[in-house]
Amino acid sequence: MFLTIAGYRLGLEVQKRARGHALAQPVLVAVVAIALAMWALDVDYAHYLNGASVIGFFLGPATVALAVPLHRQAHHLGRMLIPMLIALPCGALVSIGTGVLIVRALGGSHALQLSMAPKAATTPVSIAVSQTIGGLPPLTAVLTIIAGILGAVAAPAVLDLARVRDRRARGLAIGAVSHGIGTSRALREHSTEGAFSGLSMGLTALVISVLTPIVLMIL
Amino acid sequence: MINGLFWLLGCQVLGEIGVRLLHLSIPGPVLGMAILFALLSWRRPRASASVFRASDGLIKHLQLLFIPAGVGIVTMFGQIGHAPLPLLGGLLVSWIAGLTVVGWLASWVLRLTERTSR
Repeated sequence: MFLTIAGYRLGLEVQKRARGHALAQPVLVAVVAIALAMWALDVDYAHYLNGASVIGFFLGPATVALAVPLHRQAHHLGRMLIPMLIALPCGALVSIGTGVLIVRALGGSHALQLSMAPKAATTPVSIAVSQTIGGLPPLTAVLTIIAGILGAVAAPAVLDLARVRDRRARGLAIGAVSHGIGTSRALREHSTEGAFSGLSMGLTALVISVLTPIVLMIL
Repeated sequence: MINGLFWLLGCQVLGEIGVRLLHLSIPGPVLGMAILFALLSWRRPRASASVFRASDGLIKHLQLLFIPAGVGIVTMFGQIGHAPLPLLGGLLVSWIAGLTVVGWLASWVLRLTERTSR
């Protein structure tokens, strides 16, 4: 427990020093620091998790809390309803489908395919979905966080290449594949982009948890 | 804060119960999120309500909650080490595919709907 909070504090500090550089993610820094500390102190994971389980408990209420940013963006919902109803489920289908199929094509095991499927949803949701469908939740967590960091580092450049210029569309796209970490970058690009990214992240969480079991049944 | 947590946990419990009763394959907290969203749209609490304070507090430090799971990866280096190519390939390709599909579709539909409404 103490180790986790200390690692997180260190991560926040590093992020501040690096002036919010996309690679200075508190989670990454904390995980590396904690892993090193566990190795140095000879603590095993089961023992660590025993102390850190209090933190895991809050993932449930935190997921419920995502309704709040969604509620704050609700006034956008009306006009954006049709674009979102078309783009977000299609995007979720594409990211679940290509994720599973490419892991399979490159020779990944069934468990790896299942762990890849929900990675576009925000982390508490992707972990929960992974658990429900029989993936490896810790692996899903890491894949999800990496997808977020990819978004923070590269999403604006990829969208420029793809010639997506509408701020609203760019925001929806970033939130749909890179959840909260991507949203923080979208917010720095433009406030509209950030708002739509947050909206998209909340809805994508819902869509992914509904669609993942269905897509897996078909594939 | 306690009152806010009460609402969040209450929605989570309702979500868990709903998922089990209806045999849904979505996680309980996700249904809880939908329930809270419906409640907020219906009751429209004032901006200083305790639900908002508790939620903002949790969301601000959302990343802290992923750390134990992230540390778990250390114990799984075996599995990743065996299959770095499928994992990295799948992640990269599906990330780019999802991003461009949503971006293109959204801007296309936006252009269509705005042309017809003009």
